[in-house]
Amino acid sequence: MIPLLSLAIWVPIASAILVLATGSDRNAGLARILALAGAFAGFAVTLPLWFGFDAQQPGLQFVEFLPWVPAFNVNYHLGIDGISLLLILLNSFTTVLVVIAGWKVIDNRVAQYMAAFLFLSGLMNGVFCAMDALLFYFFFEATLIPMFIVIGIWGGPNRVYASVKFFLYTLMGSLLMLVALIYLFLLSDGSFALSEWYRLPIAFEAQVLIFIAFFLAFAVKIPMWPVHTWLPDAHVEAPTGGSVVLAAIMLKLGGYGFLRFSLPIVPDASQALAGVVIALSLVAVVYIGLVALVQTDMKKLIAYSSIAHMGFVTLGLFLFNALGIEGAIVQMVSHGFISAAMFLCVGVLYDRMHSRAIADYGGVANTMPVFAAFFMLFAMANAGLPGTSGFVGEFMVIMAAIQVSFWYAFLAGTTLIFGAAYTLWMYRRVMFGDVANAAVAGLKDLSGREALVLGLLAVAVLGMGLWPMPFTEVLHTSVNELVAHVGQSKLPAR
Amino acid sequence: MNIPLPDLAPAATELFLLAAACAVLLIDLFVRDERRWITQVLTQLVLLGCAVILLATANPGTSFTFSVMFIDDPLADALKLMIIVAVSVLLVYSRRYLADRGMYRGEFFTLTLFSVLGMMVMVSANHFITLYLGLELLSLSLYAMIALQRDSAVATEAAMKYFILGALASGMLLYGMSMVYGATGTLQIGDIASMIGRNEGNRTVLVFGLVFIVAGLGFKLGVVPFHMWVPDVYHGAPTAVTLLISSAPKIAAFAFFVRILGEALGGLVADWRSMLVVMAVLSLALGNIAAIAQTNLKRMLAYSSISHMGFLLLGLLAGNAFGFAAAMFYVAAYVLMNLGTFGMILLLARSGFEADQLDDYRGLSRRAPWQAFLMLLLMFSMAGLPPMVGFYAKLTVLSAVVDIGLVWLAVFAVMMSLIGAFYYLRIVKLMYFDEPVDTAPFTATADARVLMTVNGLAVLALGLMPQPLMAWCLMAIQRSM
Repeated sequence: MIPLLSLAIWVPIASAILVLATGSDRNAGLARILALAGAFAGFAVTLPLWFGFDAQQPGLQFVEFLPWVPAFNVNYHLGIDGISLLLILLNSFTTVLVVIAGWKVIDNRVAQYMAAFLFLSGLMNGVFCAMDALLFYFFFEATLIPMFIVIGIWGGPNRVYASVKFFLYTLMGSLLMLVALIYLFLLSDGSFALSEWYRLPIAFEAQVLIFIAFFLAFAVKIPMWPVHTWLPDAHVEAPTGGSVVLAAIMLKLGGYGFLRFSLPIVPDASQALAGVVIALSLVAVVYIGLVALVQTDMKKLIAYSSIAHMGFVTLGLFLFNALGIEGAIVQMVSHGFISAAMFLCVGVLYDRMHSRAIADYGGVANTMPVFAAFFMLFAMANAGLPGTSGFVGEFMVIMAAIQVSFWYAFLAGTTLIFGAAYTLWMYRRVMFGDVANAAVAGLKDLSGREALVLGLLAVAVLGMGLWPMPFTEVLHTSVNELVAHVGQSKLPAR
Repeated sequence: MNIPLPDLAPAATELFLLAAACAVLLIDLFVRDERRWITQVLTQLVLLGCAVILLATANPGTSFTFSVMFIDDPLADALKLMIIVAVSVLLVYSRRYLADRGMYRGEFFTLTLFSVLGMMVMVSANHFITLYLGLELLSLSLYAMIALQRDSAVATEAAMKYFILGALASGMLLYGMSMVYGATGTLQIGDIASMIGRNEGNRTVLVFGLVFIVAGLGFKLGVVPFHMWVPDVYHGAPTAVTLLISSAPKIAAFAFFVRILGEALGGLVADWRSMLVVMAVLSLALGNIAAIAQTNLKRMLAYSSISHMGFLLLGLLAGNAFGFAAAMFYVAAYVLMNLGTFGMILLLARSGFEADQLDDYRGLSRRAPWQAFLMLLLMFSMAGLPPMVGFYAKLTVLSAVVDIGLVWLAVFAVMMSLIGAFYYLRIVKLMYFDEPVDTAPFTATADARVLMTVNGLAVLALGLMPQPLMAWCLMAIQRSM
């Protein structure tokens, strides 16, 4: 059997090393081609996962198991269920887009730029298929290094501040998680296997502490209000590719962590503290939605919109019913497409005008009609228009919320208003009206390369919006299994 | 009267080193200045010979000699091998640095060899007097080496500080040992352990002595509140000597802790654990916080070493085999990273340029991309990030602490390492995000470059595959204790 999951991790990493080996910018052309080939190869090896995946079969598939550090009982244990499958595909797909999107724009240290994204791609695939907690942590934390470099080297004027803040903020959360992992390792008599931990009875007090440690790691990553402040800074300063990967995949590491760690390992604490998480999620949806409304910087606006959308994810996860969790996962995938598209759209404008301020634009639709059409689609998707992928997840989560409490659903539903308000208002100010200045008048419409990237994303957004069945289908079995597991108390019998 | 000749086999390495060091000292007298490389080659050959003898005589059991004052066990073999490798690497790194500064003289090499001998004796000591002899031989060699640059005011000051505080520490240690002798009537490590195990000996006197011993050890290791000398000595000493002070002696100090606290006074673990906890907490806090304020890389690394020694204490204070193995892994990883980092300073230094200011690293990724990348690996390893060896080092000692139920200490340690991450990131930021100010080409010698590459990649490789080293540490500790 071909170790497909290992390939999904190591093909991008090996190509990254190859790309780095091209050295200085003299060989930039070669670096680009190698990077594209690597990204394609990385995507190609994940496709058999989709076709070979049996949606009806419970448990893990494509399992690989090798002892890694026997002295610590750490194993190279890989496997996926429906949840991981979608995120792995999303990740590998996005990497291809990022490489194409950075093709011309990046002309400084090209090899290192491309290699950083390939490293990230491989490492994040590792996070999504690691079934050993320490292996998970290994990949989870290693992703910080390439992203730190990407923001710091190719970022905007305030890039150092943003990159250090990003790094330290996320490190803070994950270090506490490390202590929790060690605690669980000792509690389970020396095992890092997640399957072992799922069965492990844990006293309630310990569960709460472990939950808090996990929560800090994942809440910072996803990010939830009030530990979200690194995200707008990171997004504004990061180059377009960095923003795309950050929003589309990296944030999902947090959501995925909740699914893999918090809910199944400490279900009692999760149930007990769900109210807090839901409250924070609703604050994110409502308050951050309002914050997004007043932004003057397009990237910042999309960053805040990301936080609000991630509020939906955490809300869905902590409703503890299958519909909510499925909705949350669908929302994660859909947000991966939409936020990537939105950041790429801003990138298209930024590459031409070198400004992200809404006030510098106006009437762009007159000079860039094709771009305007794409941007319109993605803006509508961001606002959750039915028929786009943005609608599916939000609708599922709201449906799930109304089963639990009317007020949850009501507050969550405000996103349909706020989301539409901030996205479309920004769209109107940037795209419509009279041509604002000479710079806008001189804008050129999309190049073939840009149109290709946005076109692929448009297909994904519409496809998932019009026919979400294949996406939800692979989730059913895994999510039902998870919900059943979370429903059982893990408190030790007294 | 017939005095039997002691069995010399267990001490074969030390005896060879002693004879060879004297030989190098004599031969060097006949070597002219421009042929000084002969001394260096001879020194390296001596170290190689030591390693060969060590491996040839290594056995999985334990043997004693010199009236049970000297022990040869797998732990001693493993630590001696680490010491030899570390010193051998640092000699390669420091060649050009020494030559540029007129320090490329026989004294440097013979003193280095004698310090290695001192460390080996410490590692193999089974008697408090043997330990003390080894320690003094090491310390005296180091005092002289710091002051080797006679005209340098900072170096002389550093040597004075190191000497006075070192002598004070030795005095404390001796005083503590005398208390232990008073309580138990012996200085033999095994005898002390069995006395304490049988609950014999005056407990109050023992604990009184223990306090002084721990204080003396704290001085030698450079942990708060006995750390005052560390920044000044690291900063003031010539970088090659700083590298020597900050690498191999940490291994010897680890052996010191294991022999005295682990083996001899293991029965008093409850008493010394609380002292180590206090020292660890203070070291982690002060080392990491003070490092942020430094503008000199050597000083910054001095504070960083204080915090790393705090982490080392986390492993030691567990007081069980798992904890000692964790600490041993940590010290091995630390020495590897430390060799790389100080080695990089040595490689970047030129005649009249020390490369020890943080600003000297601005834009290094433009001037020397490969070296900058290696430095990046080293910095992230020091910060304890996967996939570098520093991550597993932290993991092992944290597990040891959580294992004995001190979860709060583990939480405190990771929060401090979060602060620590900041100043390591600053180096990466300087190298990668800033434009170079210094455009001089990178001119290190080929051997040093190759070794630096091996060193940097070893940090990564051991992070990806920590099993061999981890199993080795665990085996050495389990067979010896």
